[in-house]
Amino acid sequence: MRARRVLALARAEVLHVVRDRVTLGQVLVVPIVQLLVLVHAATFVLRDTPTYVVDQDGSRVSRGLVGRLAASGHFEVVGVSASAGAGEEGLLSGEAALVMTLPPGLERSLVRDGRGVVGLQLDAARGTAAAVGRGYAASVLADAAREIAAETGGDRPAAPRIDVRVRHWYNPGLDYRHYMVPGILVALVTLVGTVLAAQSVARENELGTLEQLRVTPLARSELVAAKLLPLWVLGMVDLGIGLAVGKLAFDVPLRGDLSALFAAAAVYLVVALAIGLFISTVVDTQQQAMFVAFFVLNVYLLLSGLLTPIDAMAPWVEVVSRANPVRWFVGLSRDVLVRGAGWADVAQPFAILCVFAAVTLTLAILRVRKRAA
Amino acid sequence: MRTLRALVWKESLHVLRDRRTLGVLLLLPVFQVLIFGYAIRTDVGTVRLAVVDPAPDAATRALAARFAGSPTFAPVATLPVPDGLDRLFRRGAADAALVFAPGFGERLGRGEPADLLVVTDATEPNTGATVASYALAVVQGFERERAAAAGGVGGGAAGLVPRVRLRFNPTAESKNLFVPGLVAFVLTIVSSLMTAITLAREKEVGTMETLLVSPLRPGQIVAGKVAPYLLIGFAGAVGVIALAQLVFDVPLRGSLVLLLGEVLLFLLVSLALGVLISARAKSQRVAMTGALLGTMLPTLMLSGFIFPVESMPRPLQWLSHAVPAKWFIAVARGVLLKGVGLDHLWQETLVLAAMALVLLALAARSFRPRLE
Repeated sequence: MRARRVLALARAEVLHVVRDRVTLGQVLVVPIVQLLVLVHAATFVLRDTPTYVVDQDGSRVSRGLVGRLAASGHFEVVGVSASAGAGEEGLLSGEAALVMTLPPGLERSLVRDGRGVVGLQLDAARGTAAAVGRGYAASVLADAAREIAAETGGDRPAAPRIDVRVRHWYNPGLDYRHYMVPGILVALVTLVGTVLAAQSVARENELGTLEQLRVTPLARSELVAAKLLPLWVLGMVDLGIGLAVGKLAFDVPLRGDLSALFAAAAVYLVVALAIGLFISTVVDTQQQAMFVAFFVLNVYLLLSGLLTPIDAMAPWVEVVSRANPVRWFVGLSRDVLVRGAGWADVAQPFAILCVFAAVTLTLAILRVRKRAA
Repeated sequence: MRTLRALVWKESLHVLRDRRTLGVLLLLPVFQVLIFGYAIRTDVGTVRLAVVDPAPDAATRALAARFAGSPTFAPVATLPVPDGLDRLFRRGAADAALVFAPGFGERLGRGEPADLLVVTDATEPNTGATVASYALAVVQGFERERAAAAGGVGGGAAGLVPRVRLRFNPTAESKNLFVPGLVAFVLTIVSSLMTAITLAREKEVGTMETLLVSPLRPGQIVAGKVAPYLLIGFAGAVGVIALAQLVFDVPLRGSLVLLLGEVLLFLLVSLALGVLISARAKSQRVAMTGALLGTMLPTLMLSGFIFPVESMPRPLQWLSHAVPAKWFIAVARGVLLKGVGLDHLWQETLVLAAMALVLLALAARSFRPRLE
């Protein structure tokens, strides 16, 4: 392999990218837009659950509860009436995701027995929204109960108490963006690497310019290296830009050893590019390259723990996901950025990524050779 | 009409001949259903718990045992000091920790408030919050039991007891929720992305000019090129719904006819979007980028498919109103899970119909394959 020939072709590739507005947009603008939009959109943190209150008690307590609900910042009271039918209608039409029923005699039983039952109907068709809304509703009820107990039941003997304090490590403000940014960065790097690699080789194939390159003195490996090198650099630049945007726009913590992250990204990009190269050897046209790349990435990203935690997956899926390089890099990226891990903590996933890089690159190169023969 | 039929036939042959693309188009829905059915869960699994107990006594041991006995928590380590916690968390060996203050049992015995610290790994904030609420529930159960054992009325402190009913999806399984979003996703891929790329390809390769000299009018060319994808899209949607029913037992409570009608409506919207994008695109890559940004991402991220729209900042919520998938998903959820009909869904349907009309009109106008 001659470095000069490789660099000459790599320079041609860079010029291609820089001259072509579309590719440049794909590489520089799209990731930033994605980061900005996705990070805002990708949140399970709930505000303003639309809530309908069926108040059949009409007492001071029940009115107090409605006020508390509205003031908690997690609920938007869309209507209050004594009619259970109106609540049901709200659920069916989707106007309300939660119906809170305050039955007649609530205040009386609360004062007399110290207990009252409140009905919560949740639209579980909304998934996570329902689960989270349920938690907030329960805490509003608990707060209200404590306050009422303090007002009325001062004469009861105090029960032994445990003062529980909760501390949320690594993300004390429970900010979803701090969780998503490291994951989305991985998705960006993966997209740039795999899609562009598959596309650029398939494009030369389709347009017939690969044939022309074949009559140059370039060896096959030099050709591959020259095509992938600029993309590798672009991927690293994208990661840097993404990190800067994450830090400036979302104040995402960069707690750990960034050298570990960039080293892992350097290795991981080889994996992503090799997968793209491999895809380009099994397709004939750009269209096919896009679709196959899209399909492969779709499966990889969904099974990587990027959107939903790996721990929540079925046990056998968790085992399968170990064969997914994205999983290791997503985990490593979160370990470093959010949990503040250093080299020692991420040695295992880093080693695994190195193995992935060696294997995928070998497979891709063998495949390129075979196709050329 | 006969010429149009010939064009549709030719386009169908094109689609059938390209095995790889066809394979992806057919496999994609199947894979998606399997992945979402088996792999994507949003509920919290077993929580690995580390216990930090500097001075073990009867009370701390009893509470720790109560955690071990709960189905949610699995103790993985007991430490005398909290120093090693960070390491455990970073290695992913523990998800939460229980930190007792020294003299916990003694203070509790004297009736004084005893301190307990619950630490969660809140890297994923929802998991952190959920784990904390599980832990609180275990501690409250422990307190109630002690109060009952002490024999006082103290255990019956004023309480508002929520009686929770999960409507429409009583088991709260995420597998019941993904079907509407998946149908929208598959339809978007097949109709918007494929249509945009195919039409752009014809332009890029230069064969659009060949079609121009044929006796077909521009509208017919578009209709002919789009027809096969209408079929594939519809088949994909039916496939997703059938697979989800057969393999995962996802309910279909409302009318199938209504659902398929809405699928068709959404399909028309997506196709029109695909044509619109291709009209503006000069090359396949531009078309692909446009389709990804203009249709795929909004369908995935701004439709309520994975992330609830209510959680987003206001500007994104407004933006989501312009995303067709948002309306389709609301309708499909209504029909599949709530079993409601047009009387509850007419607003969403109307929005979809209006979108279809406007976009089809725009697409018909925009597509003028001209020689340049």
